[in-house]
Amino acid sequence: MYVAVKGGEAAIANAHQLLADRRRGARSIPALTVAQIGEQLGLAVDRVMAEASLYDRALAALSIKQARGDMIEAIFLLRAYRTTLPRFGYSDPVDTGAMEIERRISATYKDLPGGQLLGPTFDYTHRLLDPSLLEDAAVAAPVRRECGGEAVGRVSDILGDEGLIEPDSREPLDKVPGDITREPMDFPLSRDERLQALARGDEGFLLALAYSTQRGYARTHPFAGEIRIGLVEVEIELPELGFSVSLGEIRVTECQSVNQFKGSATEPPQFTRGYGLVFGQSERKAMAMALVDRALRAEEFGEDIVAPAQDEEFVIAHSDNVQATGFVEHLKLPHYVDFQAELDLVRRMRAEQQDPSTASREAAE
Amino acid sequence: MSALATYNFAYLDEQTKRMIRRAILKAIAIPGYQVPFASREMPMPYGWGTGGVQLTAAILGPDDVLKVIDQGADDTTNAVSIRAFFQKVAAVAVTTRTAEATIIQTRHRIPEAELTANQVLVYQVPIPEPLRFLEPRETETRQMHALSEYGLMHVKLYEDIARNGHIATTYAYPVMVEGRYVMDPSPIPKFDNPKMHRSQALQLFGAGREKRIYAIPPHTQVVSLDFEDHPFTIQHFDRPCALCGAEGVYLDEVVLDDRGSRMFVCSDTDHCETRRAEGHVGPEGMPSGYGAKEAAE
Repeated sequence: MYVAVKGGEAAIANAHQLLADRRRGARSIPALTVAQIGEQLGLAVDRVMAEASLYDRALAALSIKQARGDMIEAIFLLRAYRTTLPRFGYSDPVDTGAMEIERRISATYKDLPGGQLLGPTFDYTHRLLDPSLLEDAAVAAPVRRECGGEAVGRVSDILGDEGLIEPDSREPLDKVPGDITREPMDFPLSRDERLQALARGDEGFLLALAYSTQRGYARTHPFAGEIRIGLVEVEIELPELGFSVSLGEIRVTECQSVNQFKGSATEPPQFTRGYGLVFGQSERKAMAMALVDRALRAEEFGEDIVAPAQDEEFVIAHSDNVQATGFVEHLKLPHYVDFQAELDLVRRMRAEQQDPSTASREAAE
Repeated sequence: MSALATYNFAYLDEQTKRMIRRAILKAIAIPGYQVPFASREMPMPYGWGTGGVQLTAAILGPDDVLKVIDQGADDTTNAVSIRAFFQKVAAVAVTTRTAEATIIQTRHRIPEAELTANQVLVYQVPIPEPLRFLEPRETETRQMHALSEYGLMHVKLYEDIARNGHIATTYAYPVMVEGRYVMDPSPIPKFDNPKMHRSQALQLFGAGREKRIYAIPPHTQVVSLDFEDHPFTIQHFDRPCALCGAEGVYLDEVVLDDRGSRMFVCSDTDHCETRRAEGHVGPEGMPSGYGAKEAAE
């Protein structure tokens, strides 16, 4: 007798209960606290905030815990929360030139005003596993220098003063930026919309695309003009007050790449820019974003479009990992109605192949 | 329920609903045209019905009766999940009976019973663009629609016939809506295509990931693409439903054992149950009551 192989509500509830059990793991091990994740897995928290487009360390840490460390699942959780929040307004542009610097390096100058500041970086560590971390060994307090308090100017401004690099933006100052979370994307995108999409794009995807441009699939000759990480103030103008008030500080990573441009009939030879800006500390993402941003500007500079990284529809339509994971994984859902239709067709075509006399008659049906 | 207290009725905030309703109105005004909308992240994954869920959330009222089906069945896991979602965030009445529902959200099927003027059928759409696999670029396909340039689609269908003797599209079979826009009916089997034509119910299509809404208003002409010498045909099953004996309905093939035994039963579970309750018995069915209970499990 026919027994329906179909999942019911009880099956779903039981599956989720099992998931909760696996998330907790052995009860003999103390449960991970959200504070521990926030403090000790800070870069994971940064990535979730960046790709979820929501700056909230506590909620990002919670989503990592709830997702059992699955980063894309955590990003998805935070996005689904973010989307329910009302939009009160838009902040003033953040001034990264006034950043309270924690790390700042330039690959284009040996020394420069404000200096090179390594900060908390994995660079130059030897990737040797550290057995002392198996135990809770004491960690020495960091060496800090006194902060002068004055702003550290951006490398791009040094080049800009000489006119050697294109201006920060060709947009008028009063341009209202697009908002890809409130308006449907419409290709081709404006650069501000494109940068928004890249900022929430998947780190791995952007990394691979950026890498491809270095290996000859659209060469853009990049230099890491400057990478800076630190705290910037977010301000919003309140119409009732007529001036801007501070909402607080956020940590961001900014990368400005300096790229070649031979000039055109209307533009003198000068360097061009790729731009990356990411929540938290995420140099890899910011650099990849800057490289991809520059590659996507190919049309603007009259460059040949020959590689995937230069193709806006290809890059932007596939950079969102929440969308990508949903659609790839939806193949798990039942498709048996469509499969039945395909089965029927294949059987019919096989029957025709084995009996050619029926082919013309069936085809006419 | 307390954890959900911060969510609005039917999850979405009212401004978002208004935005979606505006897109729906535009879609109704231009049948078959894909209206871009600012699709939101939903608490279920993209590709799992976020477009349909947003449409349902935008049109759902406290007095509505909701039915959710996937593959024609109310008890498939994703249908169960979406139904439970609306019970949780909208406390709305739900049903499995097609005739009782005011909103039916569906994936991959149109119910067998004819829909009425006070019903809305909401389709979940994975890829709204019927030309997508012929032309991957949105900027191109948009222009093709604007110019009604559908030659490429006809060439594709012709090539099918030249190669296979058939049009090898069995589901998501493209249709022409009111003589203007070629439209993807979502991956329903082509068997269901004729049900869209001049339906009394409003048909709404939502693609969350692709951020598109489109519609077929009631009584709209919907024609499946074909050629004069190769007219459109639907699938025919050479046997009735094994449980309820229905003919001319879409059947699921159920593999019974590893020796090749098969059984064909209604894909539309409500249709099958209703018929059995009325006393219809198929060749392998049990009399009403016993079989109905089993199939509903």
